[in-house]
Amino acid sequence: MVKKTEGFWKRLGIGQLAIPLTAMALLFLFNLIRDPGFFEVVVNTNNSGNPVLGGNLISVINSASELAIISMGMTLVTAACGGQDISVGAVGAISASVFIKLLIGMGNINAGTLIAAALACVATAVAFMLFNGTLVSVFKIQPMIATLILYSCGRSIAYWITGSATPQVDSPIITAIGMTIPGIPVPTPVFMVILVGLILAVIFKRTNTTLYTQSVGINERAARLNGISPVAVKMLTFGLLGMCVAVASIIATCRMSQVSHKTILVDIEMDAILAVAIGGNSLGGGKFRMSGSILGAYIITMLTVTLLAMGINSVNIKAYKAVVIIIIVAAGSPAIKRWIAAWKRRKSAGEKDAAVKGGAAS
Amino acid sequence: MKKLIALVLALALCLGMASFATAEDAKVKVGIINLDPSESGYREANVNDLHKVFTEENGYAASFVTAPTADKQLDAFNTFVNEGVDYILVSAAETTGWDEALAAAQEAGIGVFLFDRMIDCDPSLYLAAVVSDMTKEGETAVAWLESLGLEEYNILHIQGQMGSDAQIGRSTPLAEKAAADEKWTIVAEGTGGDSWSEDEARKIAEAAINEGKKFNIVYAENDGMARGVVAALDAAGITHGVNGDVKIMGFDCNKWALRLLLAGEWNYDGQCSPFQAEVIDGMIKTLQAGGQIEGLNEKNQFINEEKGFDATTITEDDVNTYGLGE
Repeated sequence: MVKKTEGFWKRLGIGQLAIPLTAMALLFLFNLIRDPGFFEVVVNTNNSGNPVLGGNLISVINSASELAIISMGMTLVTAACGGQDISVGAVGAISASVFIKLLIGMGNINAGTLIAAALACVATAVAFMLFNGTLVSVFKIQPMIATLILYSCGRSIAYWITGSATPQVDSPIITAIGMTIPGIPVPTPVFMVILVGLILAVIFKRTNTTLYTQSVGINERAARLNGISPVAVKMLTFGLLGMCVAVASIIATCRMSQVSHKTILVDIEMDAILAVAIGGNSLGGGKFRMSGSILGAYIITMLTVTLLAMGINSVNIKAYKAVVIIIIVAAGSPAIKRWIAAWKRRKSAGEKDAAVKGGAAS
Repeated sequence: MKKLIALVLALALCLGMASFATAEDAKVKVGIINLDPSESGYREANVNDLHKVFTEENGYAASFVTAPTADKQLDAFNTFVNEGVDYILVSAAETTGWDEALAAAQEAGIGVFLFDRMIDCDPSLYLAAVVSDMTKEGETAVAWLESLGLEEYNILHIQGQMGSDAQIGRSTPLAEKAAADEKWTIVAEGTGGDSWSEDEARKIAEAAINEGKKFNIVYAENDGMARGVVAALDAAGITHGVNGDVKIMGFDCNKWALRLLLAGEWNYDGQCSPFQAEVIDGMIKTLQAGGQIEGLNEKNQFINEEKGFDATTITEDDVNTYGLGE
């Protein structure tokens, strides 16, 4: 019985995704019972006269974009380093500041200036992340301590770059990135998630990078003895996280057409770490599934949107969210898994006993 | 490094004082202690305003210190007392722990002014406190809303950091009005959280729209959150502003927000004035001329006059005079 169940999930190729998928399904079911109207997708005409999709489901996939993108990078750093980067929000504020400062500085906003600013934004985030990566890989400082430095001073650096509290840009191109491209009703951030996902999929599915990352995460010494450089692998994961952070910061900037160094991507590090955990990934490093973290990101956002739709004041939402998340994370914890396995063993042993007794009686 | 800087600054101060002592005895010596300008657009404007008013041309020899924490502010305060300045101006990072320092200043015959932030102490320890009344800001906004004379008031209320002075002051008059008048309903309420987040505000508005809630007023407790709500309205094709269906209200009077008012995209912006320098300047000049400070309440407070701007009456001049930041 035990083997059969495990085999069932494995055959579907789901494995560690069983719990996040179940959680997602339950959220869907809950909303279906509560109010089927939750799933309604409507086509609105926005104030610029273009068609835009609306509805709670669209809110979920749109609002989760920044979190989904950063969760992907966070998964990689977690897998290779066995620890998390808590500076993603602050570094995002820095790269967003560079992005908007360049856009304002270059004057007119067109495809050329936009690409230049975006490249500078990516370069900035990658550089800061490589700083974190150096502390972690070369100086062997625990990731959470190493990234605490930028966590605490990153937003001040962002303020220093922008020079005023909330720099703003006003351009249809920026709105197109943050909201929707005229003529395409799907929010643009969704495409950015797909783009980042594809880039990472190519890197990790088409090369040996997955194997290298996991082996460094599982046993650094063994990996080095097999000719894999832990420093290079860790630096790579931090570099990719930097790319993710930059893209997320561009989305967040374009959504509001402004950068407020205090609020942009605020608290996203906590949600990103949570997404990795909900996705069934070990926070101690090693094996990982990025799809789990992405799913985790959408679960967190779906939960928020559900609670908002229920009319719960956002003051209380964090508390409700915490309860649900504790249940999800606990359900995936090794202790619960052991208990379930033991319970199943006892049950099947009991059945065997019964079968033996039944056989003897007949 | 820090010691070196301190030494250089101290030397510079000595030289400066020596020169004042010889040539410019007439200048009033003031020490000004403020919070970090990076704290907010409000603080940035506050610091700039003080620099603009307390100049040599205006008859002052002013030293400025900005520090984010109370202990650094106290150090600066004690230094000013030892130097023997004429007046000290403080915007305190914390409300408690100042009694001793204030008493020492009083003994030394130094007049202390508080600005923007109150200190918990005997009101006799300072000459005057020039502060904002957050509740008055809320009352002004609600009175403006009432003056529109709408058939019904269906309000989307976005609150600031729960428990902060600004949030309580801006929420309470609205909540009281909504409870007292049946034409006023708060259809949805949420907070932008501790950082007054624009994106949280956007999500709250989006959820309200998705749920089909009908509102004709957005009462957001700062400009950033109003902007977040407007992003959600724009995406859903709900018109806003002077010629739109939904009235947009913000607070803080950032320059960019006042420009949106001028363009008719928003309807109202409530001021939280960071401009206390001129009031204090006036008080010091009165004292120097041998007069008495007037217009204080029992707590020695002077409540700063604050405006609420209406999109239909705001002028380019208002934007430039009262707008914060760029």
